[in-house]
Amino acid sequence: MVQYILRRLAIGVILAALVTFLTYWLLSFSSDGVAANILGPAATADSIQALKKDMGLDRPFIIQYFDWLGGVVRGDFGVSFFTSEAVVGAVVARLGVTLSIVLTALVISVVVAVALGVLAASRAGAIDRVTQSASLLGHLLPNLLIAIVLVVVLSINLRLLPATGFTPFSESPSKWAASITIPVIVLVINGIANIAAQVRGTMIGELQKDYVRTLRTRGVPTWSIVYRHALRNAAAPALVVLSLEFISMFGGALIIEQVFALPGFGSFAFNSSLQGDIPVIMGITVFSVMLVVSVNLVTDLINGWLNPKARIY
Amino acid sequence: MSTEAAIIATEAPATPVRRSAYRRLIRDPQAIITASFLLLVIALGILAPLITQHGPNESSLDAVNAKIGTPGYLLGGDQSGQDIFARLLYAINTSVISGLIGTSVAIVIGLFFGLVGGYFGSRVRTSVEWIFNLIMTFPGILLLIVLMPVTKGDYRATMLIFGVLLAPGVYRIVRNLTIGVKNELYVDAARVSGLSTLRVLGRHVMPVVRGPVIISAAFLTGSAINVQAGLAFLGLGSAEVPSFGAMISSGFLNLYVDPLQFVWPALLLGLMSACLVLLGNSLRDSLEGVRPKASKIGAPAQAAVTTTDQTGGQAADLLQVQNLEISYPTPSGEKKPVLKGVSLDLRAGETLGLVGESGSGKTQTAFAILGVLPPESIITNGSIKLDGRELIGLREGELRKLRGRSIAYVPQEPMSNLDASFTVGAQLVEGIRSATSLSRHDARERALELMEHVGITDPQRTFNLYPHQISGGMAQRILIAGAVASGPKLLIADEPTTALDVTIQAEILDLLRDLQKEMGMAILLVTHNFGVVADICDRMAVMQQGRIVESGDVVEVFSNPQHPYTRELLEAILDEDSVREDAPVVRVSAAKELA
Repeated sequence: MVQYILRRLAIGVILAALVTFLTYWLLSFSSDGVAANILGPAATADSIQALKKDMGLDRPFIIQYFDWLGGVVRGDFGVSFFTSEAVVGAVVARLGVTLSIVLTALVISVVVAVALGVLAASRAGAIDRVTQSASLLGHLLPNLLIAIVLVVVLSINLRLLPATGFTPFSESPSKWAASITIPVIVLVINGIANIAAQVRGTMIGELQKDYVRTLRTRGVPTWSIVYRHALRNAAAPALVVLSLEFISMFGGALIIEQVFALPGFGSFAFNSSLQGDIPVIMGITVFSVMLVVSVNLVTDLINGWLNPKARIY
Repeated sequence: MSTEAAIIATEAPATPVRRSAYRRLIRDPQAIITASFLLLVIALGILAPLITQHGPNESSLDAVNAKIGTPGYLLGGDQSGQDIFARLLYAINTSVISGLIGTSVAIVIGLFFGLVGGYFGSRVRTSVEWIFNLIMTFPGILLLIVLMPVTKGDYRATMLIFGVLLAPGVYRIVRNLTIGVKNELYVDAARVSGLSTLRVLGRHVMPVVRGPVIISAAFLTGSAINVQAGLAFLGLGSAEVPSFGAMISSGFLNLYVDPLQFVWPALLLGLMSACLVLLGNSLRDSLEGVRPKASKIGAPAQAAVTTTDQTGGQAADLLQVQNLEISYPTPSGEKKPVLKGVSLDLRAGETLGLVGESGSGKTQTAFAILGVLPPESIITNGSIKLDGRELIGLREGELRKLRGRSIAYVPQEPMSNLDASFTVGAQLVEGIRSATSLSRHDARERALELMEHVGITDPQRTFNLYPHQISGGMAQRILIAGAVASGPKLLIADEPTTALDVTIQAEILDLLRDLQKEMGMAILLVTHNFGVVADICDRMAVMQQGRIVESGDVVEVFSNPQHPYTRELLEAILDEDSVREDAPVVRVSAAKELA
C-alpha cells in the first residue's frame, strides 16, 4: 500500500513538472507586460528591457524554467515580484480563507445531499420529488447570481451578515462564521444539487440489484439493507462526484472570493495572474496540481476500502 | 436478475427508436418552451442592430442613469450613459458566440479522441487517457486568467481554451459508449465482414454516441456562457465588448442608484442558463428513455386485490396459491398480465417442480410467494396462504418476520445475490441474526456450523472471504446455508443450479435433498430442466404464458404427458441432451488435430 501511494505521488510530481513547464512557457510570452506592470505608468521601452535583464526575464525560457525548477527542488519557490513575500508563505496564508469556505460547504453539502439522495431513492414519493426539484433548481441558478442576490438581500437590505471581508477563526469564531455564511450557502446550493442527484441515481440502481432482494428474503431489516448494504455500494461513485465537487468548488471559489472581497487563494491567484507575478502563479500552479493529485489519491484509497474488488494495493 | 424480471425490464421502455425519440421531444412542452425561448433570444441578438436605436458602446451624458421608458432608452441608461436595452441585446451575441465556441471545441476534441480512444487498442487509449487527465488537472478558470496576456483579453480566444478544458467530459462519455458498442456482436460482424474503420464508426458507433453528445452539448453551452459571464464580471476582457457579466458588474456597483440596472442582465443570463439545463433534461428524457424511478422498498404495490376466498385444496397444505394474477403497467397505460390465474399447493416436506420456458411466469410466482415482486407489479387477483395465513396484503414488517423463519429463498445467480462489499461470513451472520434471536457470537458459531454442513471444506477461512474470492459453486452453497439457517418450512429455489457447472449441479441437488430430509422442509423448485425435476421432485407443475397447463406426480407426467406443451418440452429436452453428448467429442478431436 505504501508502495502504491508512493507511485501515485511520483506520477503526481511528473504531472506537476509537465503542467508547470507548459504554464511557464505560456507565461514567457508576456514578460514585457510583467516588467511594465512592475515599473508602473512611467515605464519606457528601455527601462522595460533593463528590468527584464535585471530579473533574468530576457534569458531563454527553457533556462528560466530550469532555474525555477532547481529552486523548487531545493524547496525555494522564490518571492513575489511585487510584494517580495515568500511564495510558500503567501499561498499558505491565503489557503485558510478558501479552505474555511470550501470544506465547510463540502461537509454541509455531503451531509444534506446524502440524506436527501438516500431518502429519495429508498422512500420515493414526496421526498423524492423534493430532492429532484432541489437538484434541478441548484443546476438552474448560476453561482454568480445566487451570490449577488444573497449579498443584496442578506447584507445590504437586511443587514444580517457582512457583505465582504473575512475574520479569521482564531480572532472571533462568531464573526468567522458570519463572514463565510453567504459564500458557503452559494457553494452548498450547487454542491447539494450535484451530489444529491448522483447519490439518488446510484442508490436507485443499487436497490434494484439481486442481492437486495436476497437480503429481504432473509428477513434483514430495511434500514440495514438501505444504510449498511446499498449505501455502502453506492458510496464509491458518489465519492468520485464528491472529489470532483471539491476540486470544482476550489476553482469556483475564485469568483466567489472576488464578489465577497475575501482574501483567499482564488482572489490571490486572480490578482497575481493579472499582474503577471510569475513566481506566485507558478507556486499556485504547483499547489493546484498537487491538490488534485492528492484528492484523487485519497478518493481511490477510500474506494478501495469501501469496495474489496477495487482494492489496488 | 431472473429471466422473467429481465424480460419485463427490457419490454418496459419498448420503443427506443430514434424517430419516436424525436417525436417524444417535439411533444414535450418543456422542450418546446425552452427551445423557443432560446431561439427567440438568439433572434433578438442577431436582429439587435435593427431593433435598437443605439450602438452597444454609444454613450450620451443625457442618458446617464436614465429611467426606464426614457424615449430611445427602453430599459433606461447605465452609469456611463449607455442604452441598457441595446447593450443587453448585443450581450446576447457575446454569450451565444461564447457558448458556440466553447461547446464546439469541446465536442470536436472530445468526440474525436473519444472515438479513437474507445475504438483502437489499449496502447492508443492509454496515451489519450493520459493527455486528458493532464488537461483535467489544469486549474480551470485559473488557467484562463493566467493566459490573459496570450489571449489579449479576447473572449473568443478565451472560450477556445475553455472548450479544450471542457473536452475531457465529452471524451469520457464518448469513450465509454464506444468501448461498449465495439464489443457488441453486430459491430464485430461488421468488422469481420471487412467494413472500413471509418464506415464502422460512422454507421454503428456514431448513432449510439450521438444522443449523449447532444445532451451534453446543452449543458456545456450553459457552463460556457456562465464562465464567460463570470470572467467578464471579474473585469477580464475588453470593456468594448458588451456582456452580461460586465453589465451585472456595473449594475452591482450602481445598486443604490438603480437596482434594476443589475436585474435585467442577471435575469436574462439566469433564464438562458436555466433554459439550457431544462432543455438538456428534456433531451435526456427523450433520447435516453425513461430514467429509473425511485420506489419504496417493500411498498405494497398491489393495487387491486380482490381476494376471492375460494375453498379448495386441502387444509393440511403448507402453501396454497389460488388463482394468482399479476400484471405490469406498460408505457401506454395498459396492464400487461404475466400471471393469469396460477394455482398450486404444496404439502409439508414435499418437493414441487415448477417447470416452463423463460418468461412463462415461474419466477414471478416465486417472487409473489416471497413478497418480493418489483414495486411496479400489481396483484390483480388471487390468494397466497402459508400455513393457512394470507400473505397478500401483509406489510413489509409482517412479511419480514416470516422470511428466513418460515419461507426462505435460494436464487439463481449466486454471485449477484451476495453483497460484494461484505465477507460471506458477515452476510450469513446478519441473516441468521435477523431471523433468530441469537447473539453475535452464537450466530457466528451457527454460520460456521452451517458452512461445514453445506460442504465448505475450510469454514474458518471462507468465513472471511469476499464473494469475488470464492467460486460460483461455493457461493451457491453459502446462499443455501443462509437460506436454511433458521429451519424454514418452505424453501423456494429459483433455478438453483442453472448458473453452475454440470458437475457442481449434481452436488448442489444432493445437498438440497439431504437438507430436506434432515429438516423436513418443503421445496418449491423453479427450473426449466426436466433432468432436475426427475432427479429431485415429487410432483411437478408445467407453466406456459402465465398459466399452469399441467400438474401431477412426476412419474405420471413424464410417462404420460397430457398437455401438448408438456410433450413439446420433454422432446426438446431430449434433443438438447443428444447435442450435448456429441459436442465435446468433436472438440476433443479438433483439439488433438491442432496439437
